[in-house]
Amino acid sequence: MAIARVAEPSGSLQDVKEQGLDREDLFGIYRNMLITRGVEERGHILYRQGKIPGSFYTGRGNEASSVGVATAMGPDDVGTPLQRDMGVHVARGLEPWRIFAQYMGRADGPTRGRDGNVHMADTNLGLIAMVSHLPAMLPVSVGCALAFRIREEKRVAVAWSGEGAMARGDAHEGMNFAGVRGLPVVFICDNNQWAYSTPTHLEYAIEHLADRAQAYGFEGVVVDGTDVLAVYREAKRAIEKAREGGGPTLIECQTLRMEGHAVHDDAYYVPKELFERWAERDPIERFRTWLREQVDMTDDEEADIASYVKKLLNDSLQRAEASPLPDPADLLEGVYASPDDLDTPHHK
Amino acid sequence: MAEKTYLQAISDGIRGEMRRDKRVFVLGEDVGVYGGAFKVTQGFQEEFGAWRVIDMPLSETAIMGGATGAAIMGMRPVAEMQFADFVSCAWDHLVTVAAKQRWRTGTPIPIVLRLPSGGGFSGGPFHSQNPESSFAHIPGLKCVCPATPEDAKGLMIAAIEDPNPVLFFEHKHLYRRIKGEVPDERYVTPIGKARVHAEGEDITLVTWGAMVYTAEEAAKQLPDVSVEIIDLRTVMPWDKQAVLASARKTSKVLVLHEDTRTGGFGGEIAATIAEEAFEDLDAPVRRIAAPDCPVPFAPVLEKAYIPQVDDVVRGLKELSEY
Repeated sequence: MAIARVAEPSGSLQDVKEQGLDREDLFGIYRNMLITRGVEERGHILYRQGKIPGSFYTGRGNEASSVGVATAMGPDDVGTPLQRDMGVHVARGLEPWRIFAQYMGRADGPTRGRDGNVHMADTNLGLIAMVSHLPAMLPVSVGCALAFRIREEKRVAVAWSGEGAMARGDAHEGMNFAGVRGLPVVFICDNNQWAYSTPTHLEYAIEHLADRAQAYGFEGVVVDGTDVLAVYREAKRAIEKAREGGGPTLIECQTLRMEGHAVHDDAYYVPKELFERWAERDPIERFRTWLREQVDMTDDEEADIASYVKKLLNDSLQRAEASPLPDPADLLEGVYASPDDLDTPHHK
Repeated sequence: MAEKTYLQAISDGIRGEMRRDKRVFVLGEDVGVYGGAFKVTQGFQEEFGAWRVIDMPLSETAIMGGATGAAIMGMRPVAEMQFADFVSCAWDHLVTVAAKQRWRTGTPIPIVLRLPSGGGFSGGPFHSQNPESSFAHIPGLKCVCPATPEDAKGLMIAAIEDPNPVLFFEHKHLYRRIKGEVPDERYVTPIGKARVHAEGEDITLVTWGAMVYTAEEAAKQLPDVSVEIIDLRTVMPWDKQAVLASARKTSKVLVLHEDTRTGGFGGEIAATIAEEAFEDLDAPVRRIAAPDCPVPFAPVLEKAYIPQVDDVVRGLKELSEY
């Protein structure tokens, strides 16, 4: 029996306007989704060209979820996006050339070659770089929310977790504490149905992961993670509720991981029919159709956005390839912070 | 200047910083209403309120992860593990997130993690450990182990000021047993500077924490041997120069610690002396440490485990006769 609320699909333009999105905003969301996918597609090519060391992860199929949530965040809100959430970095304004530089281990990537793939963030954009240990960043987000609560600031932290990592104790401790204290944090569970090769029925025994929210004393919501406007609506509602002192919400965004766990994994264990079924719900294609039908996006407008994204990515790749390699002589720099490092927007 | 216990000095250090800087707050299990399992934060919640002295659920991961997030957002958390042993439950957030974040992404994590450590009271395998070497091995973490009340306050203030995660190993055996003069005013004891506990000419004895007092007792029993006791005060960073200078002066070194022997920090000290002061030595560097087993419960076993005055006397004698 489901306990969490199952969110309605996105509605008409009128509904969306009531949520504060105008035509330009909608085109912006679409553009960010295209950039997100484009960055990862280009990354994949770079990987096959041997230009990306290590492994390579993508969030194909998760563009609506990541961009939808990030669009709902306020400018002073913070978050801890994970390896399927490239759209969060893109929507918060991380320039694609720096993402490519990160992929290639160059000096201009956000971690300057010290960490790889999507283990990155620009804290000036309110994002905190993930670690591999999932969902270790979830309690960290809760800690951000704790700081906001102590200082009585109207800011919200967003904590991401995959459905796989929801099995770990970090998720429990973080959500329990957030519930106890009614902290301004929104938990986003990207449920893409596969934790590497492990399907959901071997990960949890309840119908929806969002059902767990009730056990922590807050609301759980299940939303179609391929429906960007539904994700936006639910994230916005939860974020504003948290901002006003209403405590946490757990939003489960249901998607399918459309590629392997990482580039080396062909995901042979995922039934072909499942891929086919979810391919019909491709988040970008769905939103494009909606824009054509509800907002009368013209051929020219669509082509303009597509060519903007293409040029952006081409230029970004060029700029990233010109970025220098990091200097091994600097390896020990910054193992320990100096007092000057505290001169950040968050520490002022 | 007033005479304070080691415990009062720690408490004073935190309270003073909380009065001075509203970013400083305390979180841990039973730290608020109850004032902490050892009463280090007694009276804090009355003074600073429930949102600056936060009683946490039994969730070491949420304590450490929460402190990390709050620190990134500009706060100065002073987090408490009720016993240092429980830091194993917070390992990921301390070692995986906090220790590496500055180096990976440029984000400083100014946290103090208080770790009541050490044995001597039949706490058994899970309430007695001295895990400082495990963390001294992690790049990005600092490890502080004060022995005196004066240092306990000064190092606490230094730890709170420091822009890094600082593990504050406070030895439980010293809490109420050790008293000393503590300046009333605010002062900082620099992290990374050793203290000469006793000057001497014949043997250098390097130690820290409660073992400083074991060393002192042992030296007293050997009036014919002049022992220089170096209280390291902090094991990461550690005062290499002070140790090497003393080693060059006495030409004989004994390293003493309460942590287990293999992989203990004494090995690092001995290796450094061997690398950098070999020509000045008249004897091999000796170590006295706990044997490589968990901390036992029964008093007779615990006494055999924790280095005793007699063990140190024996070690000093052997070195002086070498």
